[in-house]
Amino acid sequence: MSASFRISGKGRLTQARTARFTFDDKAYSGLAGDTLASALLANGVHLVGRSFKYHRPRGILSAGAEEPNALVGIHRDAARKTPNVRATVQELYDGLTAVSQNRWPSLSFDVGAVNDVASPLFSAGFYYKTFMWPKAAWKSLYEPKIRAAAGLGVSPDLPDPDHYAARFAHCEVLVLGGGAAGIAAALAAAETGLRVILCDEQAELGGALRFESGSTIDGRNGWDWAQAAIARLVAMDNVRVLPRTTAFGYYAQNFVGLVERVSDHLQSPDPDLPRERLWQVRAKRVVIATGAIERHMVFADNDRPGVMLASAARAYLNHYGVAVGRNVGVYTANDSAYAAAIDLKKAGVNVAAIVDLRDNPAGSVIDEARALGIEIHGGRAVVRVGGKLRVNSMTVQPKNGGGERTIPVDAVLMSAGWTPSVHLFSQSRGKVAFNDEVKRFLPGTYAQDCISAGACNGTDGLSACLDEAYAAGAKAAKEAGGKAAKPAKPKVEASESWSRGMLGAAPGAGSGTTVKAFVDFQNDVTAKDIRQAVHEGMRSIEHVKRFTTNGMATDQGKTSNMHGLAIAADELGKQIPEVGLTTFRAPYTPVTFGAIVGHARGKLFDPTRRTTTHGWAERNGAVFEDVGQWKRAWYFPKEGEDIHASVNRECVTVRKAAGLFDASTLGKIEVVGPDAAKFMELLYTNPWEKLEVGRCRYGVMLREDGFIYDDGVVGRLAADRFHVTTTTGGAARVMNHMEDYLQTEFPDLNVWLTSISEQWAVIAVQGPNSRKIIEPLVEGIDMSDAAMPHMSVREGKICGVPTRLFRMSFSGERGFEVNVPADYGEAVWEALWAEGQKHGACTYGTETMHVLRAEKGYIIVGQDTDGTVTPNDAGLDWVVGKKKTDFVGIRGLRRPDLLARGRKQLVGLKTKDPNTVLEEGAQIVADPKQPIPMKMIGHVTSSYWSENCGRSIALALVAGGRGRMGETLYVPMPDRTIEVEITGMVFFDEKGEHLNG
Amino acid sequence: MLLIHCPYCEEERPELEFRNAGEAHIARPANIVAESDEDFEKFFFIRANTKGLVYERWRHVHGCARFFNAVRDSVSDKFIMTYKAGEPKPKKLPGAGK
Amino acid sequence: MAKAAVKKAASAQAVASVERRPALAGNDVSGPNVKITVLPPAERLSLRAPEASVASLSRALGLTLPQKPKTSASKNGRTALWLGPDEWFIFDEAGGDLLADCAKAKAMHSAVGVSHRNVAFAVSGPGGEATVSAGCPQDLSLDAFPVGASTRTVFGKSEILLYRPAAYTFRVECWRSFSDYVFTFLKDAARDAAV
Repeated sequence: MSASFRISGKGRLTQARTARFTFDDKAYSGLAGDTLASALLANGVHLVGRSFKYHRPRGILSAGAEEPNALVGIHRDAARKTPNVRATVQELYDGLTAVSQNRWPSLSFDVGAVNDVASPLFSAGFYYKTFMWPKAAWKSLYEPKIRAAAGLGVSPDLPDPDHYAARFAHCEVLVLGGGAAGIAAALAAAETGLRVILCDEQAELGGALRFESGSTIDGRNGWDWAQAAIARLVAMDNVRVLPRTTAFGYYAQNFVGLVERVSDHLQSPDPDLPRERLWQVRAKRVVIATGAIERHMVFADNDRPGVMLASAARAYLNHYGVAVGRNVGVYTANDSAYAAAIDLKKAGVNVAAIVDLRDNPAGSVIDEARALGIEIHGGRAVVRVGGKLRVNSMTVQPKNGGGERTIPVDAVLMSAGWTPSVHLFSQSRGKVAFNDEVKRFLPGTYAQDCISAGACNGTDGLSACLDEAYAAGAKAAKEAGGKAAKPAKPKVEASESWSRGMLGAAPGAGSGTTVKAFVDFQNDVTAKDIRQAVHEGMRSIEHVKRFTTNGMATDQGKTSNMHGLAIAADELGKQIPEVGLTTFRAPYTPVTFGAIVGHARGKLFDPTRRTTTHGWAERNGAVFEDVGQWKRAWYFPKEGEDIHASVNRECVTVRKAAGLFDASTLGKIEVVGPDAAKFMELLYTNPWEKLEVGRCRYGVMLREDGFIYDDGVVGRLAADRFHVTTTTGGAARVMNHMEDYLQTEFPDLNVWLTSISEQWAVIAVQGPNSRKIIEPLVEGIDMSDAAMPHMSVREGKICGVPTRLFRMSFSGERGFEVNVPADYGEAVWEALWAEGQKHGACTYGTETMHVLRAEKGYIIVGQDTDGTVTPNDAGLDWVVGKKKTDFVGIRGLRRPDLLARGRKQLVGLKTKDPNTVLEEGAQIVADPKQPIPMKMIGHVTSSYWSENCGRSIALALVAGGRGRMGETLYVPMPDRTIEVEITGMVFFDEKGEHLNG
Repeated sequence: MLLIHCPYCEEERPELEFRNAGEAHIARPANIVAESDEDFEKFFFIRANTKGLVYERWRHVHGCARFFNAVRDSVSDKFIMTYKAGEPKPKKLPGAGK
Repeated sequence: MAKAAVKKAASAQAVASVERRPALAGNDVSGPNVKITVLPPAERLSLRAPEASVASLSRALGLTLPQKPKTSASKNGRTALWLGPDEWFIFDEAGGDLLADCAKAKAMHSAVGVSHRNVAFAVSGPGGEATVSAGCPQDLSLDAFPVGASTRTVFGKSEILLYRPAAYTFRVECWRSFSDYVFTFLKDAARDAAV
C-alpha cells in the first residue's frame, strides 16, 4: 500500500527524496517537502483523530492552518511531545513520530465513541445544565471526569528542553500573507528601497498558487512566478522574507506579533537554533493579504474521514502529487470545486459525480468538467454519506426532496464558497461590513494604518488581486515615506476566478435529533446545536457562540463561524448583519508558551541581583534569601547549626564583639545642588537646613496623605550635597517619588538627584569592637568619639581606596557603615573580615539584622508599617519638624482621621511565656472569650526569639496601644490562645548606652 | 505596545520605556497647610477618570527620565498629543473633530 | 570638613590599595556574527546642569556637551551621551579625572561619580543589531539610530544605556547587579543573531 496514492508526474516534490515516519507506531514513507497530512494521504491514511466530544473518527479536512480535525501529537523524545499539532502544517522530516489523540485503546476502536451514540445527552449547553448540582461537585467530580473524557492532546510532563528567541523588528511596510497578493504588494513596496517584511505561515510562499493550476503570471505558471519573485525579494537587502511565520496578533499602532517556527521541520536541528522565534514588529504601514478560507458544506455526517475541502484535495494533488481517493465525489455550491474535479480527473482519478446545490450551474469550468465526462447533478444535495472510519458513499437527493440515489465514493470534496480572512484586520480594531451581494464580511472602516488587498478584501480573480495588491504595496510604501514605485506590475495572462457560494446548513443538515451535520468540527458543534441555542433563547451570536462553543476551539472557527452565524440568522428570521459577528481575537492560530516567553526562562526569567560579596558569602556557607530581585545573605551557619542556632550566635556575637553585614542593597541617592537642603526639607518630615556637614540624620519620608513611605539615614557631605539612603525595596520608587516632586511640583529648585545605589558597596560593621576593626585600615579619618560621634559621616580612604564612612547603627551597638566603590567591595570586606576575626567578630545576615533592630525597637518600613501608619502611630513623632511650614505629607497628617484617638500604634509585645514566639501577622484581641467573629484590635508585625534578651520579643500595631502599657491582650491561634503583655518597643539597652559602648 | 511621543526626546518611543503617572494638571497647593479638609480631599483623593479625552502624566522613566503630559482618548487608547511638564492644557488639539 | 579629610588622606603616606574586582571581567564571548566584550573599567560621571552652565562645563571637560536628543560627543577618549535635557552621562576610557575637571567649572551643576555603578559591554559585529534587538524595543537601524546615537532604554527586564560608537558596535551599559542578567541575555541573543 505504501505511497500508492502518489501519482507520478504530479506535484512538485522529488520522488527520490524520501522521509520515513511513523504514525501510531506504524512505519510509513513520505517525501521531503510533504506535510504529515500529505504523507499520510499518500499512504491512503485518512483516519487521523477522534473528535473532542463525541470521539467520532476524523480525517483531514484541509491543507492549511485552518485545519480543525487532523490534530496529532509529535513526539521527538521524552521531553519533546507536542500535542495538537495540525498534520496539515507539520512538515515531514525523516524519523518523525506522530501519534493520534483522544482515543483509547486505539484510533480505530475507541471506547469513548459511546458518546457519539449517547449524543442526544450531550447537546448544546449540556454541561451548563446537567452538572449544576451540587455546586461543589463541579470542581471535584464533574469537571475532572469531563476533562478526562473530552479533550485534545496531552501536555508534555517534562520541562521544555528547547530554547526560544525573540526579536523586535521595525519596518516601513509589513506584508501579512505571502500568496500572490502579498508577493505583489511586497514587490511594489520593496522597489522603493524601504524596509519590507513579508511573512507567511507556509513553508513555501505562494498561497493559493500552490493548487491553482490554471494561473499564468509574466509568462510563467503561477507557482513558478511566485518562487522567482520570492527569490528576488530574498536577494534584496531591504527585504526580510519570513516563511513558516504566522502573524498571530495585531496590536495598537501597527504592532504585530509574528511567530516563526524555526526548527520544528528539521530532522535534527542545530542546538543553537531556537525552536521558535517571536518577532515583535512595528511597521509604519501594514498590507494585509491574508487570503480566504474555503468553507465546507453542512450536511449529515460531513465529518467522515475522506470528506474534505475541494481546494485541499487540489493542493494535495497539484503540490504534493497525492490523490485523496480513487473514486471521488464532489459536493459544491460554487465553481471552485469544479477545478478540483477537473484536475483530479485529468490526473486519472475517477470523479463519480459533482453534486451542485445550484439549480443550473453554468460557465466555463462547468463546461470543461462536462466535456471531461464528469456527471453533474444540479439542484441536488448530498444528504448524507456512508462509512464510518472512511467515507464509502454519498447519498444524493433533489434539494427540495424526492428520490435518493447512493453513489459509491472513497472521498467527497466539498466547497460552500470562500470566507475572506479578516481576522487580522478585525484584530486591528477595523470594523468589518457585510456585503449582502456576495454574502461576505469585508474590511470596512479602518482603525490603523493598514490596507487589505486580494481575497481577504473580497477581491475575486487573480488579475484583480494582483493589481489591487501591487497598488496597495506601492501606496503603503509611499505613505511610509518611500519614493514612488516604478511600474513593474506583474501581468496575469491566465487565472481562475470564482466567488459566491452558500452560507449555513445545506438541505442534508436535517432537523432530527440524531443527524450530525457539523458546523464546527473541532468542538463537535452541529447545525442542530445552533438551532437549539436559538430555541433556548439565545439571540446574539455572542451568546450562541458561548452556549454551543461554536468557533471556540483552537482553530477559532476559521471554517465554522460563517455557517454558524447563517444558521442562527435563519432560525431567528433575521439578516446576518443583525445577528452580528463574533469578535476575532489574537492569537490567529495557537502560539506556544515558549514563543511568548522567549529568552525569559531560567536565569533570564527575572534579573537576579547579587551584591559584591555574594561569592565570598557563598564560599563561606551563607544561606541566602530573596529580597525582591536581590539575593541577600540570610545567615551564616557554622558546621551543625540550624537557622536558630546560627542567628542566636550571630546576635550575641554582634553585641559582645562585632559583626560584618553586607548592607549594599540599600537604595542610595546623591542629592546635589544649591537648593539641596531646601529640597530635603520638602521631601522629608525632618529639618535639614541646620544639619551640619559631616553629620547624619534618620529621615522619614511621607506620602502626601501623611503615611510613612520610606526611611533611611541621610548624611550631609557638603552644604550642597546629601548622601541619602532608602530601604532596599523602596530604592526605585523613592527615586521616582523624589523626581516627581522635583520635576513637577518644585521645578524651580536647583538640585539634582543621582542614583548611587550600585556605585557604593556598603559593609556594616556593628558591635563594641567595630571601631577597632576598621581603624587600622582607614587613612585620613579620625575615628575617635570626639572627632566622629554617632551619626556622622567622613570621606577618606580605607584599604587605600575611597570611602564614605558613616557612623550609624541599626543594631543599637556602636556601628559603622563602610561605603566603598563597588568593584572594591569584596576586597575591602575580606580586609575587614581579617581584622574582625582578631576581635571576635562574626559575619551575619538579614535575619540577625532583623532581630537586632527589633531588640532596639527600630522599625522596618513595609514590615512594621503598611501604608496606613503615620510617624505618630509608629512612635516617631520626633522625626516631624514641628516648626516646618511645608513638607510632603504635612497637610495629610492633619486630616481628622489621622488625629483621631484610638488609632493603631506600634508597641512592644511580650508573651507571658517567654519561650513562645508569636507568628508575624497574628491577630490580637482584648477578650478571648467573646463570640466569634471576635473584634480584632491589632496584629503582630515583627516577632523573633531574642537570644540577647533570653526571651521572645515582638512588635505589634494595636489600637490605642501606647495607652495600654502593661495590659494583657490575647493572640488566638488555631490550637491555643497566647497571652501577651503590651510593653515599650525597646527590649534591649533601653538607655542606648551601647551606641557608644 | 503603544508608541509615545516624548516631548523632550522629540520622537516616538516604545511604551516599555514609559510609566503612567496619573491625572495631569492637579497642582499641589502652594500653601497646602491652609487647605480645608474638603479641598485636600479633592486635591489628593478625587480623580476625574473621564471616558474620552483624558489629561495624563507620563514619565519617560527609561529614556530621558522626564515627566510630561499627554492628552489621550481613554476609549481608543490613542494619544492625541504630548507636551512638556509645566505647560498649560493645550487650547487646541491636533485632529480635533475627527 | 569632609573635603578636608580627603585632602589629608591624599597627602598621607598611601597604603597599597586592595585589588579592584570588576564584574564579569574576562567573560568575553565570540561568535561568527557577533562578539560580546566585557569592557574594562572606565571613569564615569553623571552630570546634571541647566542650559546656562553647558558652555562652562564643556570647556572644563574639553568636549562640547551634546544638546540634541539621542546624540553624543566624543573627544580624546572621553564621551558625553545626551540622556535628558539637563542630563549627560560621561565616560572616560583614557583615565581622565572627570570629577576634578567638572570641579573647575564655576557654573552651577551636579557632578556625581558613578564609575563603579555601571558595567559596560561592547556588542560588535554584523549580528550586533539583531542581538540588542532581542531585548530592546527601539529601532536600531542605522537610519534611526546612527553612529554616535545614544539613549537610555530597556533590554529585557533591565534598564540600559545604549551608545553606538561605530556602525557595527554597540556599547551597552547597565547597573552592576544587572550585569549578569544583561550579559547572559546578550549571550543568549547572540546565539540567535545569525539570522
